[in-house]
Amino acid sequence: MFDTLMILSLTILTVAILLNLFRLVRGPSNADRVQALDAIGINLISGIAIFSVFLHTHAFFELILLIGILSFIGTIAFARFIERGYAIERKR
Amino acid sequence: MSFLHFIVLMPFLATILIPFLYKKWGHRIHTGWFVVFVPLTIFISLLLYLPEISNGNFIATSMPWIPSLGINLDIYLDGLALMFALIISGIGVLVVIYSIFYMSKEREALHNFYIYLLLFMGAMLGLVISDNVLALYTVWELTSISSFLLIAYWYERKKSRAGALKAMLITVFGGLMMLAGLIMLAMISDTYSIREMIASVNVIQDSYLFIPAMILLLLGAFTKSAQFPFSIWLPDAMEAPTPISAYLHSATMVKAGIYLVARMTPIFGGHSLWFWLVAGIGLLTLLYGSLRAVRQTDLKALLAFSTISQLGLIMSLLGVGSAAYYFSGGEQQELYALALFAALFHLFNHSTFKGALFMVVGIIDLESGTRDIRRLGGLMAIMPVTFTIAVIGSLSMAGLPPFNGFLSKEMFFTGMLQAAEVNMFTLEGFTILFPIIAWVASVFTFIYCFILLFKPFFGSLRLDQLPKKKVREAPLGMLVPPSILAILVVVIFFLPNVLSDSLLKPALLSIGPFTSLNEIPFEITAWHGWNTEIYMTIGVIVVGLLLFFMVKNWNSILRIYPDNLSLNSLYNSGIEKMESSSSSFTNFYMTGSIRHYIMYILIAFVGILATAVISLDSVSFNLNFKANVSIYDVSILAAMVVAAFMTLLTKNRITAIVSLGAVGYLMVMVYVIFRAPDLALTQMVVETATTVLFLLCFYHLPKFGKRIEKLPFKLTNFLVAISVGLTFTVLTLIATNHKLYHSISSYFENAYELAGAKNIVNAILVDFRGFDTMMEIAVLLIAGLGVFTLIKLRSKDGDNNETK
Repeated sequence: MFDTLMILSLTILTVAILLNLFRLVRGPSNADRVQALDAIGINLISGIAIFSVFLHTHAFFELILLIGILSFIGTIAFARFIERGYAIERKR
Repeated sequence: MSFLHFIVLMPFLATILIPFLYKKWGHRIHTGWFVVFVPLTIFISLLLYLPEISNGNFIATSMPWIPSLGINLDIYLDGLALMFALIISGIGVLVVIYSIFYMSKEREALHNFYIYLLLFMGAMLGLVISDNVLALYTVWELTSISSFLLIAYWYERKKSRAGALKAMLITVFGGLMMLAGLIMLAMISDTYSIREMIASVNVIQDSYLFIPAMILLLLGAFTKSAQFPFSIWLPDAMEAPTPISAYLHSATMVKAGIYLVARMTPIFGGHSLWFWLVAGIGLLTLLYGSLRAVRQTDLKALLAFSTISQLGLIMSLLGVGSAAYYFSGGEQQELYALALFAALFHLFNHSTFKGALFMVVGIIDLESGTRDIRRLGGLMAIMPVTFTIAVIGSLSMAGLPPFNGFLSKEMFFTGMLQAAEVNMFTLEGFTILFPIIAWVASVFTFIYCFILLFKPFFGSLRLDQLPKKKVREAPLGMLVPPSILAILVVVIFFLPNVLSDSLLKPALLSIGPFTSLNEIPFEITAWHGWNTEIYMTIGVIVVGLLLFFMVKNWNSILRIYPDNLSLNSLYNSGIEKMESSSSSFTNFYMTGSIRHYIMYILIAFVGILATAVISLDSVSFNLNFKANVSIYDVSILAAMVVAAFMTLLTKNRITAIVSLGAVGYLMVMVYVIFRAPDLALTQMVVETATTVLFLLCFYHLPKFGKRIEKLPFKLTNFLVAISVGLTFTVLTLIATNHKLYHSISSYFENAYELAGAKNIVNAILVDFRGFDTMMEIAVLLIAGLGVFTLIKLRSKDGDNNETK
């Protein structure tokens, strides 16, 4: 019963990823696409968490944290690029 | 190392000393005076061997060079080798003396000249007395190289360089062919020694490599000895200084091919192809050279073509003489062996009179300033000694008594008449052409000899046409060497049998089918009755004189033959075509576009792999995977595929980056599904870093011409991409289905006991296979340093460019 629930939530998350992908493909502006990528990252976090419970392991917990940090950094980089035209400022 | 080895190596040792001598004494004493002792010593030491060799003995000695491969500096001094060695060193002495007076001490780079000359001399000596075929080939190429250097001695002249290049290309082509032929012979007979090859001649004649080896060897000999159609380099080699022309291109190097043919006659003689090739090409060369010589207006060019023609004569005699091996004993054999004898005799005679003639032409050139026969004339009164030498040389070449050319010409006719009766080889009917061609060529030889003699020396002196206003006789030192040769020409006519007994018969013993000197019955006599040969000679003289005095009436006929069909223009256009076609071929596939190169690489990959898989008939796999694929995996993969296609099809760079990022993120999920937490971690970090780097790059894309547009569709790209994907998918399926051995991963499961690590992946990375990790760290370090230097150096370069 518990496993079924887990698989069900995994499936729902996958559907969410696919829907995000639709936004990524169609998204009229670049901002939409970056948002979609960010959301995919969040979905991955949840997916990995559920997967860890399903597998009874905590080997993937660092990964969850890492995705949280890195998808944040990635989104920031994209946002800066879209807004200012560059991702990292030059000192000069 | 024996005394003979020392003799051969002496010229090479002397080349080391020459620059020092030149530097110390060169401005006071002509360097040639030092050099002349080298050939003189060689000549005298070789003369010491003469009595031994004349008795029919030989001297063999060896020095190890690469003994493990059977390559040694084997020396085999028999009659043939001694004859050539004496010609080389003897004429070498005379040429060096002549060059002392010919080459100016002040203007010329004499150390170069004598180094090249001595290199050549040593190589040529080594060539004739070498018994090991690979040593022979080595010095054979050394003669080509030193000849190249000598032809281009005045390297600031364009024609010298062109002539040197042509001679190099042709002779090295032949040399490489010869190497192949020699290696074939060595393979058949399982020895590198020529003597042992001759001993195992039966094995060689039965081999299927017999004919290829013969043809390849002949190619080498024909190119070196300027036989038709490889004769074109010799006239262009006349750009060399005249002493060089006299030495290399008349007396020695061009006889290397003759030497090879003579040396190989015991192996190949008696075979019909050898007979027809050597005799036929020889006669063709004889006729071609004599016809072309008549047309020349430059004295050296005339002599060059006459050399070609005379070499053809010797070659044809060797060809006819090879028939002696067809018979075993008897009168027939003797008659054909006479042709071999005649070849050796004429070879010796040619070296004497042609050397003298070249020196005469050099004297005329130096004293009058030109070699053009249209501007020369009436030199007889001014240069009586030169004229006398020229008379002796040219009449000997024409084949008149009382000069040695007469004797060998008579024997040549005898040989050719004998060849007309050849009836043991196929194509018998053609042999009747032999004496006819020989006679016609002799007529033309007669004509050009008279042109050579009459045009510069008779007629009226036209001082206004000559570059030098004061024409006078050459200095004594310049006249001595050609005089010695001229005296030799006359002496040989009166005392031919002295030469015959001491040199020619031992030489014939080494190439003819005789076992001892006593079997050789030939006597050279100046007069042997009213026979066909003497009538032929009289005919040559009568017709030749008639044609010579009517030369203006028929000379234009020879000019009908168009120049653009000559061998030279064929060669030139051939070289040009080769260059242009190879450059257009290279331009065809080396487009400079990386897209094309990647296409070649991928097509080659797919082509080779697909052909291998299909031809080995190994396309076998089943799709019964043991892993249970859940809907979750499938949908993640589907999302990846969509994102990947998005990267391909988008027209927006940002979109491409974002979708590539999506592929990377989903890859993290795939790693999670397959239980690889470390991989997933790394993948996540690397993915983000790459994305940020891409964004960095985008900032630097040039403003100008920056168009954000969709990738154009290209059918070839599409097909290549599809086939690469298909091939590798199929290969992966095949490979996973054919696991021959168990995995070794069970070993790593004891990581905790072995390495004290609970994480197997990390244990493998830093413990079991730590070397890989170390090198990957090095890769990262190099990449980082590379990026750093690229950025630093680029900005500096940019500054430099701006200031410019």
